[in-house]
Amino acid sequence: MLKVSGLSKYFGGVAAIDNLDLEVEKGDIRGIIGPNGAGKTTLFNVVCGVYRPSQGNVFLHGEPISKLSSSEVARRGLVRTFQRNAVFHDFTVLDNVIVGRHLRAKRSLLGEIFNPRAGAREDRQCALEILEWVGLSAQQDELAANLAHGFQRVLGVAVALATEPEILMLDEPVAGMNDTETANMCEVIGNIHAHGVTILLVEHDMKTVAGLCRNITVLDFGKKIAEGAPQEVLNNHAVIEAYLGTEDIVA
Amino acid sequence: MLPFTVGLYNTEILILLLINLIMAQSYRLVTTAGDWSSSHVVLMGAGAYTAALLAKLLGWPFLITVPLAGVVAALCGLLIILPLLRTLGFGFFIATFALAEAIRLIWVKFHYPFGGARGMIGIPGVEIGPWDLSEMIPNYFLILTITVLLLWIMYRIDRSRIGKILKAIQLDAQLTESIGINVPYYRALAFATANFFAGIAGALLAYHQGAIDPKSFAAVPMLYLIIYVVVGGVRTYWGAIICVIVMTWILEMTRQLGPWRPFIAGAIVIFVLVVMPGGLEILITPIARGLRKVPGLGWLGAEPRRRDPVQNER
Repeated sequence: MLKVSGLSKYFGGVAAIDNLDLEVEKGDIRGIIGPNGAGKTTLFNVVCGVYRPSQGNVFLHGEPISKLSSSEVARRGLVRTFQRNAVFHDFTVLDNVIVGRHLRAKRSLLGEIFNPRAGAREDRQCALEILEWVGLSAQQDELAANLAHGFQRVLGVAVALATEPEILMLDEPVAGMNDTETANMCEVIGNIHAHGVTILLVEHDMKTVAGLCRNITVLDFGKKIAEGAPQEVLNNHAVIEAYLGTEDIVA
Repeated sequence: MLPFTVGLYNTEILILLLINLIMAQSYRLVTTAGDWSSSHVVLMGAGAYTAALLAKLLGWPFLITVPLAGVVAALCGLLIILPLLRTLGFGFFIATFALAEAIRLIWVKFHYPFGGARGMIGIPGVEIGPWDLSEMIPNYFLILTITVLLLWIMYRIDRSRIGKILKAIQLDAQLTESIGINVPYYRALAFATANFFAGIAGALLAYHQGAIDPKSFAAVPMLYLIIYVVVGGVRTYWGAIICVIVMTWILEMTRQLGPWRPFIAGAIVIFVLVVMPGGLEILITPIARGLRKVPGLGWLGAEPRRRDPVQNER
């Protein structure tokens, strides 16, 4: 479904991604892990159209998407969330998700001026369902800026979900969360996957990654160093070395 | 507002106030998408010259020249924003100034057909069907009607889904782009639509005065426009409207102070920005709270949610 082929991204002389090949099948939950600076977020940015690749290509359903803008990529069903708490801070929780519905609800400027009610009800209904699903219904009228960190991140996922993506790319969804919030987010992600959305996950929390993902790809310095089921990958020597370094025997 | 009771001089002031309302509210539409341009008054001029030339040289009627003036202004606006779709912030402000000046200088340099630095005179009066609406009072009602219509349309745009998208773009353009919304398209749409309204305002001004002075579309009027919107506040629809009314009133009250009036304007700006940095629209909340209690005015809406002060540092 999603294929990255010979991908490289240079920033000046630094290869943030170095000749990377990656393939994600429909229905997979794929974890992307690696130490800080490995190129995980850069990979997301290139796949989603925020950056152009320096070399190589990205294919979605067999079609090249590397020259598309991020909104075009999203329109094709590939949506990402951000490492930062990216929500519309001055909007209510409900309004945040309603903005997310825009992609799937087509109306014109003239239609909006003269008959806005028709579509607005539909958007609202759908947004309420999504909030119900992720567990944010109780806070629907709260300003996004006033939500606790954990809820803001769930809201970020809800907004992305409103676009009805085929593939959802989550950038460190449980960053900064306590155990309860993490468990809640994992449940939400599990539910989303159960509904047929393919998931790509960048995460540092190994418990989460091992628990959620069917397959894991490990990056280090922009290259792939391991790939496979969680049990193999997490016990792989090269992976452990990348994170913890080699043992130095001092004579 | 009954112009019959306030005299011709004040009616003139009211007419200019109405035109300024269209300009300020349409400029707010531009800024709602997060773009602070400095080309807005020039697009007003584009509308003014279009209507004037079509009426004077071709004899076309008011009902055709005015909408066309809006369309021409919208197209000129597209010429300005299309190269600037990926330009933001201060760069956008300066670039729009440069492109707009290029347009304005065409009017100033070319004696034919724009009249050069002296502008145009002899613009025909307003004739709609059998009625001549060029006299002050009928003209006032004409402009009042058009202003109310345009302000209503802009209100509906603000409350629509598209208004919401523009605010979303202003809040977080990267996030908006990531959920499939074509941000450059909406920026251009907001810009062109706002310029359409500015063009109509320009046409109304041209017909009203019977003449065009290119200085009306230069840097100083643009500055006043920015003041109206900043001092009024961009967060709500009514901010700019309140500011135009308040400032026009204050400047009229102080007319005998003559050359000191720019100081007064400056003092107002500083006072408001220090005492109410969000703009005059902050005053709306207590007033609206009181008004909502009046039966029948519930449509003013619920109290807007506020950010919790402490958690703001995130």
